[in-house]
Amino acid sequence: MATYRELLARVKEEIDEISTVEAQERLASSDSPLFVDVREPDEWDEGHIPGALYTGRGRLEQRIEGLVPDKSRPLVVYCSGGSRSAFAAKALEDLGYEDVVNLAGGFSDWKRNGFEVTIPRVLSPEQRARYSRHLLIPEVGEDGQQRLLDARVLLIGAGGLGSPASLYLGAAGVGTIGIVDADVVDDSNLQRQVVHSTDRLGEPKVLSAKRTVEALNPDVRVIPYEERLTAENVDRILSEGWDVIVDGADNFPTRYLLNDASVWHDIPVVHGSIFRFEGQVTVFSPGHGPCYRCLFPQPPPPELAPSCAEGGVLGVLPGIIGSIQASEALKLILDRGDSLVGRLLLFDALGTTFDEVSVRRNTECPVCGDHPTITEYVDYVEFCNTPLQIG
Amino acid sequence: MARVRIPPTLRNEVGGARELEAHGATVGEVIDDLVERHPALRAQLFQNGGLGSFVNVYLGGEDVRMRDGLETPVDEGATIILLPAMAGG
Repeated sequence: MATYRELLARVKEEIDEISTVEAQERLASSDSPLFVDVREPDEWDEGHIPGALYTGRGRLEQRIEGLVPDKSRPLVVYCSGGSRSAFAAKALEDLGYEDVVNLAGGFSDWKRNGFEVTIPRVLSPEQRARYSRHLLIPEVGEDGQQRLLDARVLLIGAGGLGSPASLYLGAAGVGTIGIVDADVVDDSNLQRQVVHSTDRLGEPKVLSAKRTVEALNPDVRVIPYEERLTAENVDRILSEGWDVIVDGADNFPTRYLLNDASVWHDIPVVHGSIFRFEGQVTVFSPGHGPCYRCLFPQPPPPELAPSCAEGGVLGVLPGIIGSIQASEALKLILDRGDSLVGRLLLFDALGTTFDEVSVRRNTECPVCGDHPTITEYVDYVEFCNTPLQIG
Repeated sequence: MARVRIPPTLRNEVGGARELEAHGATVGEVIDDLVERHPALRAQLFQNGGLGSFVNVYLGGEDVRMRDGLETPVDEGATIILLPAMAGG
């Protein structure tokens, strides 16, 4: 039976080691190895080697093949002093990793030499509990959750679509949510606008939504814009650093105005619209796909385009469409999955069917095409009431 | 014969149907057949003698404007989707 010291000595004979000075040179080189940190979580939180991968010693064998599928990738394993990582390096070699070295002297020696250290931003214990179901998903995890907390999403409208979108984005921990809406809560809203409530009747929607979302999640700051989006204020509002815009407007002039502004400000828009039992969702990402004008060059004449106020809408419909919008916005922030760029999703609640059609960028588009003819804001109300041309 | 999805804003013109069958070898012929049987549709789909640019027509998930427009051939049993923009939110 070997003692710990004998066991460590034996393992160290079987593995290769590298000094921190040499490791630092290799980190700075173009073909840098992957550094694998096998310390305890609290040690990692106090600082680690830049770009290192964290996986605690306890679950190393279990997790490493998922994290590093390429077994020929050069790895530098480290702990605080070089002992725990010696065992880890041996385990990695036993798992078939071909180029594994142990960092002699470990992170303590790295710091003593004054080499660069990354101090990770960490979630508080409350945040770990709140976002635990996100932290468990590989596509989100701690990095993704930090991205969400850092993210800024602008909602146009705090109505049917804006209600579920603001609730789910807020619950997900999107750190800053701007909401643009000039209306007050009306009793005809409450059949679908679930971010508001009966005791908010008469209250500005943006303030009602702010109260609800901030009560749901204290990590979220809601910035209310109690104004209607216009050609006069759109540049001011859009220039406040938004990652994604969620379009839940209720009229064509606002939607065309927002489209033009988002193309010029280069901000992706998650578009949703609803009527009666049917909804449409897509993502417009300037430079990566079509814009709203590519999809619908002109709005229908007013008699063919009744609003929900005129034609009605099933209360739950915006819950479905607005939730898909929130999901698309989260994916854009996380940079995960395949977004609805170039695809228009059509939902029919009566038939319970989803259809999908392609949307392509129109090279002749007056706003995002190769030779734009509209380069400044127009009178959108007039544009939406202008007699139509032949298509 | 093709199936044509009717958007909610046009259902009054076709007696409330969500989907109709129509005959034709091209998208244009199918729409003509539809309009012949439901004349009220004409004013809603056509502007100045052509299909209004506010109505998108999809065949096989593709906008027919990206293909041969109203001349695009329609296979037996195909589904055509008529889709105007909706502003509601």
